[in-house]
Amino acid sequence: MSPVETSVSTRGQRHSLALTVGLALVGINVLVAVLTLLWTPYDPLNASGGRLEAPSLLHWLGTDRLGRDLLTQLMIGARTALLVGTGAVAIGAAIGVSLGVLAAFATRLADDVMAATLDILIAFPTLLLAMLVVAASDSASLWTAILALGLAISAIVARLTRILAKRVLRQDYIVASRTSGTSWAGVVLRHVLPNIWPTLSVNFALQFGLAVIAEASLSYLGLGAPPPNASWGRLLQEAQGTVYTAPIGAIAPGIALVALVIGMNLLADGLRDIADPTRGRSR
Amino acid sequence: MKPLLDIRDLNIRAGDKPLVSNLFFTVQPGERIGLIGESGSGKSMTAMAATGLLPPSISVSGSIELDGQQVVGAADRVMNRLRGVAAAVVFQEPLTALDPLMKIGRQIAEPVRRRLERDGRRASKDVVQREVRDLIDKVALPQPERIINSYPHEVSGGQRQRVAIAMALACRPKLLIADEPTTALDVTTQAEILKLLDQLVRETGMALLFISHDLPVVADVVERVIVLKNGIAVEEGPVGAVFGKPQHDYTRTLVEAARLFDEALGATGS
Repeated sequence: MSPVETSVSTRGQRHSLALTVGLALVGINVLVAVLTLLWTPYDPLNASGGRLEAPSLLHWLGTDRLGRDLLTQLMIGARTALLVGTGAVAIGAAIGVSLGVLAAFATRLADDVMAATLDILIAFPTLLLAMLVVAASDSASLWTAILALGLAISAIVARLTRILAKRVLRQDYIVASRTSGTSWAGVVLRHVLPNIWPTLSVNFALQFGLAVIAEASLSYLGLGAPPPNASWGRLLQEAQGTVYTAPIGAIAPGIALVALVIGMNLLADGLRDIADPTRGRSR
Repeated sequence: MKPLLDIRDLNIRAGDKPLVSNLFFTVQPGERIGLIGESGSGKSMTAMAATGLLPPSISVSGSIELDGQQVVGAADRVMNRLRGVAAAVVFQEPLTALDPLMKIGRQIAEPVRRRLERDGRRASKDVVQREVRDLIDKVALPQPERIINSYPHEVSGGQRQRVAIAMALACRPKLLIADEPTTALDVTTQAEILKLLDQLVRETGMALLFISHDLPVVADVVERVIVLKNGIAVEEGPVGAVFGKPQHDYTRTLVEAARLFDEALGATGS
């Protein structure tokens, strides 16, 4: 079947760049995050350097205003970012996909109520929602931030899942599968979830990026992980006052943040093409 | 003998619009019945009603007994045990009737595994794979290895319909409902699929409810026909009698149209 093979290979070439760059950016982040569990250039709490030192061989990215090594802070920030992204998307996916599939099966009234609730939740800015949850909890911690972002994401995922699942449930192959005796649970597991996965996974990656940015914003506002946990958002906030004298303090976490989010988006694009074998076929 | 499918006074309505009215017919085990009529005559509705899979917006009254189980008003859980076992369906459009993201081998394996589990047998990977290969052989699909690892969009229309037939056979149903199984295919492929269906039904001894608007197609594979017009059965009888000496005007028009079409084809063709 040469036509099929040709279309597969052109598809591979066209998207290999996005996938490669995405994998590289996210991969570096994961490697750094794992590395921090074993080794960092300095103890993150060790404030032995001078204040706001410029980059040198001793401190590759210089030091912050307390004399701590900036590279160490940045590396631990990568761990925080990954933890927040993964945790928030996992919570959002678990709640969102379950609710969305349930809504797709619900009666007309229950479905309308659920759709309206989700629309209101989504209309509420994610950051504001997260701030409310954090403010309502006793103390700001990394986990309240993750939970808050996860809840905000779950509304978006639920709405998307509901629409996608409804579309799949209308397809002929669902009826065909039902006539051979597949239960509704079987239909969801074997047909609905695999068929909505290509679109969902792209959305998950997108939400991952947004969660990382939202956590940085929360930390920037002092509602994220409390010190001494390093977070890119707090690094940015701490560098704010000294941005003209020591710009590296703002540039480095800024670049790290942008690189991870772009990497996730590129990875999503690449993954979508792998997940959906019917894409890129010649029509 | 107790009929496999016993439809008595079936009425199907969509809101105020009647789709099928006062329909009576039975299918005995092993019997081959044709349900004919033009599109919109209620043929497919009747078939979906028999498996209890009409959308909730469509109301059904009367009695449908499938393998001794009342279908009208039955709980979905009850019906689900019957689907595949008592009746399996082959649909008109094989592309949309197959899951686009599931490899063909897996799609055929699903009903095989379900049947084995129902029969209380262990559905090990080897056993399932062997049955899938057997089924692919049975429906005469070429290059089984390639077909098993292909997605539905990677094989031809005729091959897809063979896959759909293999999936129906995998259930080992007592009744095979074929809903216009050849309509979406080109003429040569049509003939092949018909031959295959005919041969498989004879080999396995299952009953066949063949739904079509195409008289010559129906005449080749069934023993008895029911002619539907606007949801009302206008004529019923052995296939030779109905097509040879149609009693009802509508049947006569259908037969005449088919004859004229054949003549036109003969005049212009070879």
